[in-house]
Order: sequence, then structure tokens, then C-alpha cells
Amino acid sequence: MLRLILQRVMMLVPVLFGITILSFLLLQVMPGDPVEHAMGTRASAEDLAAMRRLWGLDLPLWQQYLIFLRDCATGSFGFSLFYKLPVSRLVLERLPVTLALALYSTCIGLAIALPFAILAALRRGRLADVLIRQLFVLLLAMPPFWLCFVLILEASLRLGLFPTGGLGTGVLQNLHRLFLPALVVGLSTAALIEQSLRATLIDTMKADYVDTARAKGLSASQVFRRHILRNSLISTISVIGVRVSWIIGGTVVVEKIFAVPGLGGLLVDAIQARDFPVIRGLTVCFAVLVVLVNLLTDIAYALADPRARLT
Amino acid sequence: MKPMLHRLLRSPAGLGGLVMLLALLIAVVATPLVSPYDPYALDFGNALLPPDATHWFGTDNFGRDIFTRVLAGAAYDLRLATTCVFGPMLLGILVGLCAGYFGGWIDVALMRLTDVVWAFPFYVLVLTIVGVLGPGEGNLYIAFFLVNWIGYARIVRGETLVIARLEYVQALSILRFGPARTMLRHILPNAVTPAIVYSMSDLVLTVQAVAALSFFGLGVQPPAPEWGLLIVESVDYMRDAPWMTIFPGLAIAFVGVAFALLGEGLAAALQPRG
Repeated sequence: MLRLILQRVMMLVPVLFGITILSFLLLQVMPGDPVEHAMGTRASAEDLAAMRRLWGLDLPLWQQYLIFLRDCATGSFGFSLFYKLPVSRLVLERLPVTLALALYSTCIGLAIALPFAILAALRRGRLADVLIRQLFVLLLAMPPFWLCFVLILEASLRLGLFPTGGLGTGVLQNLHRLFLPALVVGLSTAALIEQSLRATLIDTMKADYVDTARAKGLSASQVFRRHILRNSLISTISVIGVRVSWIIGGTVVVEKIFAVPGLGGLLVDAIQARDFPVIRGLTVCFAVLVVLVNLLTDIAYALADPRARLT
Repeated sequence: MKPMLHRLLRSPAGLGGLVMLLALLIAVVATPLVSPYDPYALDFGNALLPPDATHWFGTDNFGRDIFTRVLAGAAYDLRLATTCVFGPMLLGILVGLCAGYFGGWIDVALMRLTDVVWAFPFYVLVLTIVGVLGPGEGNLYIAFFLVNWIGYARIVRGETLVIARLEYVQALSILRFGPARTMLRHILPNAVTPAIVYSMSDLVLTVQAVAALSFFGLGVQPPAPEWGLLIVESVDYMRDAPWMTIFPGLAIAFVGVAFALLGEGLAAALQPRG
């Protein structure tokens, strides 16, 4: 088990380097001079040159990359031009919000997907299955940012059930305040979970050990709960793990609309302010977050299913 | 080709998706016949009218007919989405074919690259690229070309790995067929099926992503009646004129459902065993 974890971690090293290189290069293609943008057009040539030296922009590209790598390694990720703070501080302030929103969305997605997937698997090929499939096709087809506005219009403005955005204090209040944004991300997540869970359930129902359990004389509901559902849910963990980049990506759009102070909102603001150290630090953080969750899912899966440890 | 089309039309999902898309395309091409209004002409006397028999989707704050604007927007969104999917798809297929067929360091390098790009959430990458390059249609194409090929490369590589070990491909190398001929004429037709099916779900998401970029002010610029822009412009009037927001979004959902159904039909038609 320990060897498996070590092996996975070692495999991450080249990917992590790749992530920093790609994030670094992304910002190199930015047209215009970030220094001029930050200082305004009235700054003198000497001031611009001094600023460039201060930010290390006068160095050759490979040295700039090494400095960026050092900033990543020391955890500061550079210095925001707009907030005048280390990027790491901005990120750490907002990371819990985004993580909470992603987790909340996943729970909502699972809660929606589970009953539908079970129903669809039990009635496969019949009307209920077909209708459920079309329902989730429709859910996936609705653009999330539009769904945000429709929900604000109906649930916030018309019915007054939820606030239109922002964060409150305390867990309960935030569960209430974050419900609509989490629902938007959760609905599209539910569609993905439902599709794979239904397929896994149907496959599992055909497995030999399910026949064995039946032959032992277990009741149909016991077989379903203990053998079919439990085993299918394990593979659903890995589906969610693979989809984490989708879920986190979904929070970006939603955070902006609902004014949730998370990483996504920070990214959009940084893009609009051309705050390149923040953009660069954030793209690295997002990718590292995805990679780490994927790693944790792999480990969790190996813990839950001994067969996965062999590979 | 012919039996495939036949199978596609026989599956209810495929037929449904095809009919929806054709209906939309016909309405777009024949807009002057369907609607007497100009998508751009201002008519303040008729501003913010709710949907009725003369204005099916109502009018916006400038008195423009929303139904006409949604149809005019379809030309933008369909063009952008199909280019942003099928362009990178060709690139991804080529990369996947080469990686799977040649193997070795080419394969390792390409797959490491896809691992890295895969780690970035889609919206983070696209938003950042367009944000850095600046708004506009050209930069939108660049962003999608840089990001969207990955999925196809992975799928086609996996298929190619399997197919390249089959006997008929081994036989081709004994016949001294060149790699280009073997890949394009003999492996590609068999490896491309899952990529085609995948492209349909990709289209569903890309239509949304194109509109979402407009929402952030990074995509198509006003006064184009692009669907995302229609939604952005409606937000200030949402409370009094919800039809301004609702209908462009429904148009995106309509196209999404059509592509999803078409994908389902294609999956049934191209993979008869599954």
C-alpha cells in the first residue's frame, strides 16, 4: 500500500513541473507590457525600467521561470500587483470557500443522482429509464451561468427563499447562502454521476457474486443494498475523482455570478485587472488541486477495492 | 456510409436530434420568411413587450424582436461551437494516431503533455488564455484549439494502440505499406468512431462555454446577437422582462439537447455491438 502511494507521488513530479511550465508560458504570450499596464501611461521610462527590474522582468526567460519556480516552492507564488499582497495569502483566504462549495456541490449532485440512477438501473429499457436519461440530457444541456440567473430570478427575487449572493457567518447560514451556487454545479455533476452509476449498477447486477448472494437465500433488497449498491458506489468515488476538475471548473463561473469570495472569483477579477502573478499562481493552484484530489481518489479507491492495489 | 445513416435515422434519439438541428438550421437560413423583424433595428415604441402572437419571444429594451435575435445568434453560436470542436478534433485525432502508432518517446512526450493540460480545469484554462490574449473571436478560437484537442488525442491513441496490434495491421507492414497510408486508410476509420461520439458531447459543452465567455466579456463583442451576450444584456432587465433572459438560454439548451441526442444516435449507429 505504502509502495503504491509512493509510486503515485513519484509519478506526480513531472506533471507538477509541467503545470508550472505551462502556467508560466501562458502569461508570456500576453500582448502589451504588464508594467505599463500597472503603472499607467504617464510613468516615465526610468520608472518603467526600475519596475521591470523589481519584478525581474528584465531577466532572460529561463531565469524568470526559475524565480517563479522558487516562488512556487517557497509557497508565496509571487506578489499581487493589484492587492499588493503575496499571492499565497489571497489563495489561502479563498481556498476553503471554493473547497467547501465543491464539496457541497458534490453532495448535492450525489443526492440527486443516487435515487435516479437506482430507479433507472432497476427499470432499464423501460419508460422510467428513458425519461430519466432525457431529464439528465436536458440538465447537461442547460448552460450553468444561465441557470444561475434563472434560479436567482425564481428562488431569490420571486420567492425570496435564498439570498442572491455573498457569504454569511456560521456553517448553517452558509449552507443556506451557498445552496443556489452549489445546486447549479451539483446539477451538472449529478448528470455525470447518474450516467456512470446507472451503467455500473447494471453491470454489477450481472456479476457472479450477486448470483451467489441470491443463491445463499438473501432477500432481493439485501442483495441490492449490501452487494450491488455498495460495490457500485466504490466505483462512483473514482468517477467523482476524475470529474473533480469539472466540478472545480464549474465553481469558477458560479462564484462570479453569486459573488462567492472563492478562487474562481479571484481568477476572473485578476484576469480583468491583468494581475499576472495572481493569474499564474491561481492556474498552478487549480491544477495542483485537481492533481491532488485525483491522487487522493486513487488511494481511497485502492483502500476500498484491494484489486486496484495490484496494478 | 449508407447503412450507418440508415441506423442513425432508425434510432429515435438520432432522428430526434437530427430533426431538431435541421429545423433550427432551416429557420436560421429562412429567417426573413419566419420573422418580419430586423435583429438590429431599434424600435423604442415597442420596448420590453412580453411574448405574444406578434413577438413570440417578446422584445428587448431596444424594442428588438428577441425571436429574430435568437435566430440571428444561432449563426454565431453554431459557427463558433462547431469550429471550436471540429478543428481541435482533427488535430487531436492526428496526435492520437501518431502517439498510438509510433509509440516510444513520441508517445511518452505527447501523453505527458496531455496529462499536464488535463490537470487544468477547462474553464480555468480557457478563461485564462482568452483573458491573457484579450477578448475577441480570433483569440477564442486560439484558446479552444489549445485546449480541446486533448480529449480526442487520448481517445484515438487508446484505440490506435489496440488496432495497431491486430493481425490485419501487422499484415500491412509485411506488405510494406508506409506508416501514413496504414494510419490514415486502415487504422483511422476504425479508431475514429469513439472520437465522433465524444465530439457530440463536446459540442454540448462548447456551445455553453462560448456563451459563458461572452458573459465574462471575453468572447464575441456586442452588438452581435450571440446567445451569451443576449443573456448578459438581459440581466439588468431580468426582474421586469424575464423573457429576455429565458429564451436565449433555452436556445442554448435546445442545441445542447439536439447534439446530445445526435450523439446517442451516432453511438448506436457506429457501434452496433454496444
